[in-house]
Amino acid sequence: MSRQLRVPDVKRINSELFTLTYGSLVAQLIKDFEDDEEVNKQLEKMGYNIGIRLIEEFLARTNTGKCQDLKETAEVISKVGFKMFLGITPTVTGWDAEGREFSLMFDENPLTEFVELPESHKQLRYSNILCGVLRGALQMIHMKVETEFVRDTLRGDDATEMRIRLLEILQDQAPPGED
Amino acid sequence: MIFNLYIFDRSGTCVYYSEYHRPRKATLSQDEEFKLTYGMLHSIKSFVTRISPKPVREGLHYYKTSTYKLNYFETLTGLKIVLNTDPGVGDIHDLLQQIYSQIYVEYVVKNPLCTPGEKITSELFETRLNALITSLPYFAT
Repeated sequence: MSRQLRVPDVKRINSELFTLTYGSLVAQLIKDFEDDEEVNKQLEKMGYNIGIRLIEEFLARTNTGKCQDLKETAEVISKVGFKMFLGITPTVTGWDAEGREFSLMFDENPLTEFVELPESHKQLRYSNILCGVLRGALQMIHMKVETEFVRDTLRGDDATEMRIRLLEILQDQAPPGED
Repeated sequence: MIFNLYIFDRSGTCVYYSEYHRPRKATLSQDEEFKLTYGMLHSIKSFVTRISPKPVREGLHYYKTSTYKLNYFETLTGLKIVLNTDPGVGDIHDLLQQIYSQIYVEYVVKNPLCTPGEKITSELFETRLNALITSLPYFAT
């Protein structure tokens, strides 16, 4: 029996406003840090902080129950999560044998709509904030994951691919003190 | 009748407590009471999960004594909302869900000045929550 994936109605804003705001954020970070790797790190960190809050909004709006396995989690991320917040549905693919790793392929990416990366920033992972968002959100529901853009059309690759690796399922915390 | 409300975060900290009617004062300090309540809920939760003859979907909803009913709601992120009412109050799972989605998420999660894991001090949150709770038909009866 597969779960009904329902995307809730949410207030929408103009995606250009969003894209341009993100663009100026990245531009400012590049100015502040000058080093691409450091900018990647900062973007990931910001995404993480967004993710740990965003998951609450997501759960409150969608009423999603617990996922049975990572396959189901992946479906919900792409078909409900990305659909609800970014209006896109990345393709889930590239499972490893144990079902602990998968890829999200982005055919479209609202973050990069007006972006051209200059030669001098080949190390920049422009959409790295998304990695942080996923890591933060999944950590809040007890999944420790590693996320990384392994390919990016902005850097001249043929596709944009995010790799997600499940490291461990975190345990519920026992009450502090007495046992 | 609504007695009191606790909100626990995922690490077991009581981030919010509010009392509406509580004729009988607790005999222990508030901090101890929070710890005790959380510990008990944690135990019931694991008990319910282990003893259940069928796979558990949601676990604990409420328990009832002759004097009160403890209503329990937990999100996947581990936030727990506990509302003590008269034993006569029916199923208020939807109400707790509403407190989560329309008040906690809107006025705590979306408030950048509220740090996760810390006591909720937002007045707006408190006002909205009280407005919802006091408007309930069984608030004072």
